[in-house]
Amino acid sequence: MEPFVHLDAVALPIARPNVDTDQIVPARYLQKPRSDNFGDYLFRDVREDPAFVFNQERYRGARIVVAERNFGCGSSREHAVWALYDHGFRAAIAPSFGDIFASNALKNGFLPIVLPAATVAQLLAHLDAHPGLRLAVDLPRQVVRDPDGTEHTFEVDAFAKHCLLEGLDEISYTLTLMPAIEAYEARLSKDNG
Amino acid sequence: MAEVPRTLFDKIWRRHVVQERDDGRTLLYVDRHLLQDGSAPAFAMLRQRGLVPRSRERSFATPDHYIPTHSRSLADVRDPEAAMMAQALADDTAAAGIPMFGVDDSRQGIVHVVAPEQGLSQPGLLIVCGDSHTSTHGAVGALAFGIGASEVAHVLATQTIWQRRPKTLRITIAGALGNGVSAKDVILAVIAKIGAAGAAGHAIEYAGATVRALSMESRFTLCNMSIEAGARAGMIAPDETTFAYLTGKPFAPQGEAWDRAVEAWRALRSDDGARFDREVSLDVSTLEPMVTWGNSPEDALPISGRVPDPEEAPDADRRTSMQRALAYMGLVPGTPLEEVAIDRVFIGSCTNARIEDLRSAAKVVAGRHVAKGVAAWVVPGSGLVKAQAEREGLDRIFADAGFEWRFAGCSMCLATNGDRVAPGERCASTSNRNFVGRQGPGSRTHLMSPAMAAAAAVTGRLTDVRALLT
Repeated sequence: MEPFVHLDAVALPIARPNVDTDQIVPARYLQKPRSDNFGDYLFRDVREDPAFVFNQERYRGARIVVAERNFGCGSSREHAVWALYDHGFRAAIAPSFGDIFASNALKNGFLPIVLPAATVAQLLAHLDAHPGLRLAVDLPRQVVRDPDGTEHTFEVDAFAKHCLLEGLDEISYTLTLMPAIEAYEARLSKDNG
Repeated sequence: MAEVPRTLFDKIWRRHVVQERDDGRTLLYVDRHLLQDGSAPAFAMLRQRGLVPRSRERSFATPDHYIPTHSRSLADVRDPEAAMMAQALADDTAAAGIPMFGVDDSRQGIVHVVAPEQGLSQPGLLIVCGDSHTSTHGAVGALAFGIGASEVAHVLATQTIWQRRPKTLRITIAGALGNGVSAKDVILAVIAKIGAAGAAGHAIEYAGATVRALSMESRFTLCNMSIEAGARAGMIAPDETTFAYLTGKPFAPQGEAWDRAVEAWRALRSDDGARFDREVSLDVSTLEPMVTWGNSPEDALPISGRVPDPEEAPDADRRTSMQRALAYMGLVPGTPLEEVAIDRVFIGSCTNARIEDLRSAAKVVAGRHVAKGVAAWVVPGSGLVKAQAEREGLDRIFADAGFEWRFAGCSMCLATNGDRVAPGERCASTSNRNFVGRQGPGSRTHLMSPAMAAAAAVTGRLTDVRALLT
């Protein structure tokens, strides 16, 4: 996994609530191997609508999504994160995320940032007024910075933060805890014995 | 000093803690890992690392997403990549020694129908599956939730999963359900009330006299759609209904072990005075059958209602999103919902393809015929549900009425096997998601109960089933 530390990039404003993972990547692409570029499948059907903000040239290099509540709700498909990631996105900012999406994101070097609804509304208004605006994400300090210098602090699990900063992987870490897992299993078989 | 009263969730959670980190992340032990034919990427991740599944006896698999429902041969899956997904599950589980009910096994079906039906889902267990509707299994008093591919690989490798403890939300439901009103209507009403993110970060416990009176099938429907309210999990304390359902199931404890298990399961309830982070209550005594009109399950209304008017939206954002949904759905504000004509009917999915669902639909269909121009399908949730329905003659009722009677699978709920709603077609569906393109590109989905979908099939439009039941 590629480490995530700082990000300074164009933000794509998706001023919609409940952007579900079916929209992010339609189910017919779930059978594709991970070696595919899932960026090609990102918003595949939603982008048929020419008015969809994603289609605008000025957002071509965007690496941050800003959306309304419940971004990534619905299906557990990790492909939704792969599609965003392969397209170049590394972070999303929203008042809330689908639980499974957020969890999948952190395992792929993609940072889901929860900010208060009012802050996100402000950011969206700001991005609407100044399309192509860049935002900065500073993971070590846990802040999102506006171009005018305003900083918004966000929470992130200490463990997830560590994994992101180091590009570490959860499975390798858990395998170091095998003695604790074996002890649990021994207790379990004794209880059932 | 008396012990602190605990919630059902808390009791199950504590029992599964392997290790807790200072930052609140907890490593939980997984009792049951359910796999389906979307698992290929996870097995690939495992292979890449040179790892093998740790506990095959705690894993169970059955293909459901990519298999055909018009036949039982993978050769009939037209898309070779889709066929590969089902084949990969067979190969990966065979190599690992994980038990699997394949497409040629009469017990195959949607994993969220099969696992409870086999007694694999039991009270007190921690159950995960790489599918968001894993919340279904909470209906037996288990802690069950969906996970992503990396997490599936993690569970395969370590039999554990990292979680941050969710908050608890108790939804207390009171009032007797009217004739023609079902668990599907209740859960749609709940989601309409609290919103599609209303339970985000929470594990829901459904409680109250109405829930206690529900059959197991109805409880599965209720817990299944917890994820559509954003919940991590949905659960119901086990009781006599649960025990009666599980007794004698192939993987349930037998004999003396059963008696011991039931005794232990009786303690799996929220103690009196247990504190929940949030409480919501709902009286369903006057609840009408519900249907959705938009592209989120929260967009649900009583069938007597009208297509909402964006001009009456509380704010500009809501107005825009309603306008977008109505344009996609091809609906005109103010139209009575009962005047909305449909092209297709899908009775199936992990939400509503159990025997009780098929019975309630058949009751409406009996002696009637599918409306002209409507294509209507019944896709049973499992081979065993299908066989039971056939013993009861339900297949004849459906076939005589002009329905197609299919084999078990996820089918048109998400169209991964090629069973799809054509662009622009409107489908009355008993599934769980009315998302843009969910049932195929351009598909227009209205969610409702099996009885309501049956009513729509015979009239050709969204219909208050109660008018057909008198």
